[in-house]
Amino acid sequence: MSSSVTMPEPASFGRRLKRFMADRPLIPLIILLIILVAILQVLRPGIVNERWIANTAKFAIPLAILAGCQTMTMLTGGIDLSVGTVATMSAFIMATQIVNQNPTVAFILAMLPAVLIGLVNGIGVGVFRVHPLIMTLGTSLIGTGFLQVYQRTVIASGASIPDFLNWLGTGLTYGFPNALFLFVPVAALIVFTLNRTGFGRLLYAVGDNERAARLSGVRYWQVITALYVISGLLAGITGLLYIGLIKAPSLSLAEPLVLPSVAAAVIGGTSIFGGRGGYMGTIVGALILTVLTTLLTILQMPEGGRRILFGFIVLFVTAAYLRIIEDR
Amino acid sequence: MTTNPLPQNPLLDATGVAKNYGAVAALRNASLSVLPGEVHALMGANGAGKSTLVKILTGAIRADAGRILIRGEARDVRSPAAARRAGLLPVYQEPALIPDLDVLSNLRLTGTPVEPFRAWVRELGIPNLDIRETARDIPLAVLRVLDLARALAVEPDVLLLDEMTAALPANLAEKVLEVVRRQGNSGRSVIFISHRFVEISALCDRATVLRDGATVGVVDIEPGVEEKIVEMMLGARIEKTSVAAARTASEAPTVKDSHPRLSVRNLQLGTKLHDVSFDLANGEVAGVVALEGQGQDELFAALAGSIRPAGGTIAVDGAQVRFSHPSDAIRAGIAYVPGDRTEALAMQRSVRENIALPFSAAFRKWGPIKMRRERWVVSSAVARLQIDTRAQGEVRRLSGGNQQKVTIARWIAADARTILCFDPTRGIDVGTKQEIYKLLRELAGLGKSALFYTSELEEVQRVCDRVIVIFGGRVVDTFPVELADEPALMRAAYGLPRGARQDVGILADVRPDAEAAP
Ligand SMILES: Nc1ncnc2c1ncn2[C@@H]1O[C@H](COP(=O)(O)OP(=O)(O)OP(=O)(O)O)[C@@H](O)[C@H]1O
Ligand SMILES: [Mg+2]
Repeated sequence: MSSSVTMPEPASFGRRLKRFMADRPLIPLIILLIILVAILQVLRPGIVNERWIANTAKFAIPLAILAGCQTMTMLTGGIDLSVGTVATMSAFIMATQIVNQNPTVAFILAMLPAVLIGLVNGIGVGVFRVHPLIMTLGTSLIGTGFLQVYQRTVIASGASIPDFLNWLGTGLTYGFPNALFLFVPVAALIVFTLNRTGFGRLLYAVGDNERAARLSGVRYWQVITALYVISGLLAGITGLLYIGLIKAPSLSLAEPLVLPSVAAAVIGGTSIFGGRGGYMGTIVGALILTVLTTLLTILQMPEGGRRILFGFIVLFVTAAYLRIIEDR
Repeated sequence: MTTNPLPQNPLLDATGVAKNYGAVAALRNASLSVLPGEVHALMGANGAGKSTLVKILTGAIRADAGRILIRGEARDVRSPAAARRAGLLPVYQEPALIPDLDVLSNLRLTGTPVEPFRAWVRELGIPNLDIRETARDIPLAVLRVLDLARALAVEPDVLLLDEMTAALPANLAEKVLEVVRRQGNSGRSVIFISHRFVEISALCDRATVLRDGATVGVVDIEPGVEEKIVEMMLGARIEKTSVAAARTASEAPTVKDSHPRLSVRNLQLGTKLHDVSFDLANGEVAGVVALEGQGQDELFAALAGSIRPAGGTIAVDGAQVRFSHPSDAIRAGIAYVPGDRTEALAMQRSVRENIALPFSAAFRKWGPIKMRRERWVVSSAVARLQIDTRAQGEVRRLSGGNQQKVTIARWIAADARTILCFDPTRGIDVGTKQEIYKLLRELAGLGKSALFYTSELEEVQRVCDRVIVIFGGRVVDTFPVELADEPALMRAAYGLPRGARQDVGILADVRPDAEAAP
């Protein structure tokens, strides 16, 4: 009779490897990170030392926290584009209020807009069902506007960076950046929240199938409002950390971190459609982006070329990663 | 077909088909051979691999091993389009229309001719389909019919129907059977998957039985073969408990208190529900019988707090309630298992998270989860419903029947006092069905109650104490299950009076509104 078509043998090495990676999505990311560091070391022998690592961590941490905001909102199928503005506002208010307020009051004043913007985002998305992209973009613009008005009122008083934030942003303890004192608990809390608390479960459930969550008794607006308030808070804290690192308050301080924070979450395997992802991947994603930036910097390319390359690499990494962890 | 004189060449012949998903062997060694003009049943328990085989035959997924011959020629069906060119067309287990597009755009997308499609839709018992309607807004049963019509419209040589009838009420299912039978008579072949033996014996010539991913036998369908098939499917005998016997036993200890658990009066909702009144007692399983679109969907949704009724009252334990959100109903102990499982499941999440979802819903439950306790509760519900958890990491990887079980297990784990089950056994195999009947009776024995809509009339006698018949948005009759043989139920569902025992022509246009209230 006719010839038979025998399809490929099951469980070849490649497939097994793929399966292994699909089950542990962190591993390919960590491998990528190591490869990038290795390339860096080859291009500039000796660059990868203790100081470089501490420095990379310092810059990766604010990005990673903001990417945490993106991870959590993306799990529900949302996004928070206001994190940059929120971080900038907290930083700016802190730096200007510390001049003639006691630190606690300055801190509270700095966190106020963060919570407020988070609340408005949450109500807009959760109650009035505005698309999160539009909602957070809107509040972000409004926030920037307010900040400009505010700047004029404090222009005379000047600004300074509180010592504590200096210490947190740039200081080292036994070679470790002090920012880790903030980051480790925050990261642990986010991971714990996502995996082990009812709220975390609801983020995933709501993002995966809102109707199903509703039929199980979940009130969407509650979850979403709480989520965006938390996101605002985290962004505000990041702003304080970031001002300690950058030391120059400006009206667009944290703005350049917004899109990389989204990219870090996506590279880390969180789906922008909701329901899938986690914070560990995001942290590695933030590290990858930070190392990549260093790498492109030492290549001494013109800024334009660097950005183009950066964009391509992000696209490529994300696509490749999805192919690895998606199995059919 | 047993007496087929000519040795025919099979139209489709698959042997040694295997498919692994990592550690999960969905198919190990499946074979299937279909003759021209044959209606061939593909049977097996939930998770046996039926849907996987259908997907492989139609190019939706690739097999790891195996040989597929179409009209004697080896074909490597690499894509659904290739399968279609080879004359193979599937209706998959889950609705295939894109929810955000209207029907017409969906047809264009697949290059389906519109006029034949419309003709088939009418033929299949849906006279007034609005082709501009968005698929999302179409009820599940109708969506299934549209899927079938879409397949029929391109006149395939082999039609593969994966639980086509599972979501259909009796009148629509009947139409489907008719059409399928005619396909067979006109020399086309049909592969027919169903967990309903009535349909298999009425329709099919032969059956291939799968167990754990391997073909364990091919049998001719003849009277009395059912038991043999079940045995092959499950690898063991099961006894069909006539629950009527179990019922009297479990009923005894229930104390009838003064208030009914649920009391519905004059419920109204849009054009769908006009006047629905009934009571549900503690310890009672009440069956709801209705044809497609008589308002049963809306009734269940209203009782579950999912939509707000326009008029009428609902009382729980004698106190009037007004649900504005499903969480209100859940707080009153009323849980809802929707007919469409995609409405109930977070597909990318694990079995465990899906079952435990209601635990975290309330604001005060947002804190840390007691993992050990949760694991225990979930695994006992999983065991109770015999969920095949080999692919439990993501619910979407479970077989259809196992997904369905998860929707029920959730409320068993949550220990709901009243369960509103909308066609809960859809796509569930015979073995587990028995288990679910038993479960419902047990719950009733514990003083819990259930409202049970089913499209499979046979089930009414198995689980229900009482039958509520809905027609045209009204309760037209309620009667004890003793009077509910299938012909009686069928007549009632068509809105015909129960008194007229003689053969009432289906044409008789009687609407006995008088008998409404209990
Ligand atoms: N993508 C996947 N990943 C992992 N396992 C899978 C995947 N798809 C199917 N399976 C597994 O393969 C087995 C067979 O599934 P299949 O859907 O073919 O069953 P079925 O016979 O159609 O059952 P049912 O009667 O419930 O529809 C199941 O155990 C299922 O969990
Ligand atoms: Mg199936």
